[in-house]
Amino acid sequence: MFKSFKPMLAAAALSLAVLSQGAVAAEEQFFPIPGYRVGPYGANGQSFYGGFIDYLTYVNLKDKGVNGVTLTYEECETEYNNAKGVECYERLKGKAAKSSGPVHTMSTGISYALIDKSAQDKLPLAMMGYGRTDAVDGSVFPYAFPLVTTYQMQASAIVKFIKEKLGGNLAGKKIVYLYHDSAYGKEAIIAMEAEAALNKFTLVQIPVAHPGNEQGAQWLKIRQEKPDFVVFWGWGVMNQTALKAAQKVGFPRDRMIGSWWTGSEEDVVPAGDAAKGYMAATWNVAGKEVPLIADIEKVVYGAGKGNLQDKSKIGTILYNRGVSAAVLSVEAIRKAQEKYGKGKAMTGEQVRWGLENLNITDARLKQIGATDLLPEIKTSCDNHEGSGKVKIQQWDGAKWVSVSGWIEGNKALIHPLFQASAKQYAKEKGITPRDCSKEK
Amino acid sequence: MLYREAGQFKTSYAADQQLFPIRQDRIGLIVLLAIAFLGVPLLASEYWFSAILIPFLIFALAALGLNILTGYAGQLSLGSAAFMAVGAYAAYNFQLRVEGIPILVSFICAGLTAAGVGILFGLPSLRIKGFYLAVATLAAQFFIVWCLTKFPWLSNNSSSGVISTQKLMLFGHELNTPVEKYLLVLSIVVFMALGAKNMVRSTTGRAWMAVRDMDVAASVIGIRLMPTKLLAFAVSSFYCGVAGALYAFCYLGSVEPDGFSLEMSFKILFMIIIGGVGSIMGSFLGAAFILLLPIFLDIALPFFAGLFGLPFSSATVSHIQILVFGALIMFFLIVEPHGLARLWQIAKEKLRLWPFPH
Repeated sequence: MFKSFKPMLAAAALSLAVLSQGAVAAEEQFFPIPGYRVGPYGANGQSFYGGFIDYLTYVNLKDKGVNGVTLTYEECETEYNNAKGVECYERLKGKAAKSSGPVHTMSTGISYALIDKSAQDKLPLAMMGYGRTDAVDGSVFPYAFPLVTTYQMQASAIVKFIKEKLGGNLAGKKIVYLYHDSAYGKEAIIAMEAEAALNKFTLVQIPVAHPGNEQGAQWLKIRQEKPDFVVFWGWGVMNQTALKAAQKVGFPRDRMIGSWWTGSEEDVVPAGDAAKGYMAATWNVAGKEVPLIADIEKVVYGAGKGNLQDKSKIGTILYNRGVSAAVLSVEAIRKAQEKYGKGKAMTGEQVRWGLENLNITDARLKQIGATDLLPEIKTSCDNHEGSGKVKIQQWDGAKWVSVSGWIEGNKALIHPLFQASAKQYAKEKGITPRDCSKEK
Repeated sequence: MLYREAGQFKTSYAADQQLFPIRQDRIGLIVLLAIAFLGVPLLASEYWFSAILIPFLIFALAALGLNILTGYAGQLSLGSAAFMAVGAYAAYNFQLRVEGIPILVSFICAGLTAAGVGILFGLPSLRIKGFYLAVATLAAQFFIVWCLTKFPWLSNNSSSGVISTQKLMLFGHELNTPVEKYLLVLSIVVFMALGAKNMVRSTTGRAWMAVRDMDVAASVIGIRLMPTKLLAFAVSSFYCGVAGALYAFCYLGSVEPDGFSLEMSFKILFMIIIGGVGSIMGSFLGAAFILLLPIFLDIALPFFAGLFGLPFSSATVSHIQILVFGALIMFFLIVEPHGLARLWQIAKEKLRLWPFPH
């Protein structure tokens, strides 16, 4: 970071503002990044946005951009605060008028605030693994993309995994859903309830008040209930507390499965011994074994242009998540260039089309070097999610190890829930949904 | 010389009692309003409207509400953000559940709902004062946010508790550009600020100030404490409620209960402390200081860093911004403990004599 890259970029941005865009010879694709590196979740943001930016740099260094179009970006600090996020978005919007990659806010609150605005401004909003999940229905939300998978599909996939573990039948079993009592924690309840009705298991919901650093009562209840599994939707300090509390009441950690915001190194390392055996869902794998991650370390950090100050974060779950987000964004631009002209900068509207027509097969992932980093993705107008698959990983005391293949949630059960919710939204807002059969 | 009231004779009671008795103030205000209503819409960009002017006006209104309660009636409150939340959710529900209700009416209803809730949480003020009351109003802060998360009916059964506001329809016309929203917010804020200015010099306002300065003495001279204090809570919450409704409808477009956190209440409290406790103008100055200075630093710091070739990342800028901001708050409080409004007042005193101070 404290190398020459950033000030050069700042200077470039400045001279851009002064000399107007005419002075730039090569085509440039701009990424507005309203991210966060300070504030309560700053540590998470550092890894995620570090990975994101490193991949952009990597593409610039390795392939000279996307078909010759250099990738540029500007960051704005949101501190995970909604009002600041909106301010940042408005500030970056002007620069994104000519060309814009997808906007990643890594914050449900900020994405909610931007959903209407981004559609008005024709800028694609990516919400990978968070945000407004009913935006899966692209007929109502043309510019919002909850890519890869959503909370509800994740819950469904976890239930599927548990079902396999318990011998293919959940009838009469008991699952506790222990959740952070907030918008985030409550989002998956609807899916858990639907699964409970379908698979005839007993669902016990136990909320934990924010911040969740005291869970004695909850775990006492869990001990009384004697559930077969605990599905765990935690956040921040709540995660390590839960693991320690589980150890205290003697609940086996290998029967706890967390969501993807409970499954990073930051969550399990502080819990120490108590975290061993704990499982969590994820839509991207950790580790430097992925060829792409290793290559980024070699190419980008080898050239001294890495974004992370703390290099030990390379290969962590959140770093790899940032890389995955960037991979999808760049692939969307590539796709858009196929339609609107190779070697040209793409506007937000064109990138939107790219995001809606992504088709990233395993073969393509292998080409990029991202084999198994994330699942295959194929989006369309009526499916902005594209995959709905997660992997279950287990903490062995030192690192995350995958213990399953890609598991897809019950789409037939969950997607109608999204459509109903999107329909209600359209009605409230007076939006006429697009006809997806006419989209190409 | 320019700001001298010599020669301005008041020949009628109406002239003596008007809101701005000094001619220069009247002219100044008219010029300011003309700029705000006519000049700004012509000149400002979309960024200015959506990211700076609209939130500034909304927070100024909320600060004004708190100033009525804390600055004029002397009741310390930490629940302003919660009352804003009540306003936001009430306006949303009125729009949702009452067929064809005009948006302005639902804003007023939102204000009234917030006023009702404010009275409820104002009841402890009859028995406790000062810091103890502040702690009691904390209850409002936590209870209301909890309540909005707990009862899904309030957010129309949204699975996440987040509400997305309806369209802004005014007289059959949809307000969807930032300029239109700005003008709506500006009109409401100007109207309510003039109302507040008028109110604080009326019997009600004088009763509030009497209670603030010494409530025993106030009750001795015949001011009934209960209605006075509760009215202050009601009016203050009304202002905060309307601000909350505007915050949801004209600024963010979608809000969640957790957004109206204690932090936001503190922010509003800091606005009036910096701006000036017990001053209408102070609410505006404070809101400008607290909201705009960080943005200004955020934009200016990388620029200066670029000039000197310093390696600033956006995180560094954020850290420095917090530092500078904190230092400036301390500086202003040391230089002028009564806030920016007091500075303005001193400037006015000096201007009266300028350029012949003797």
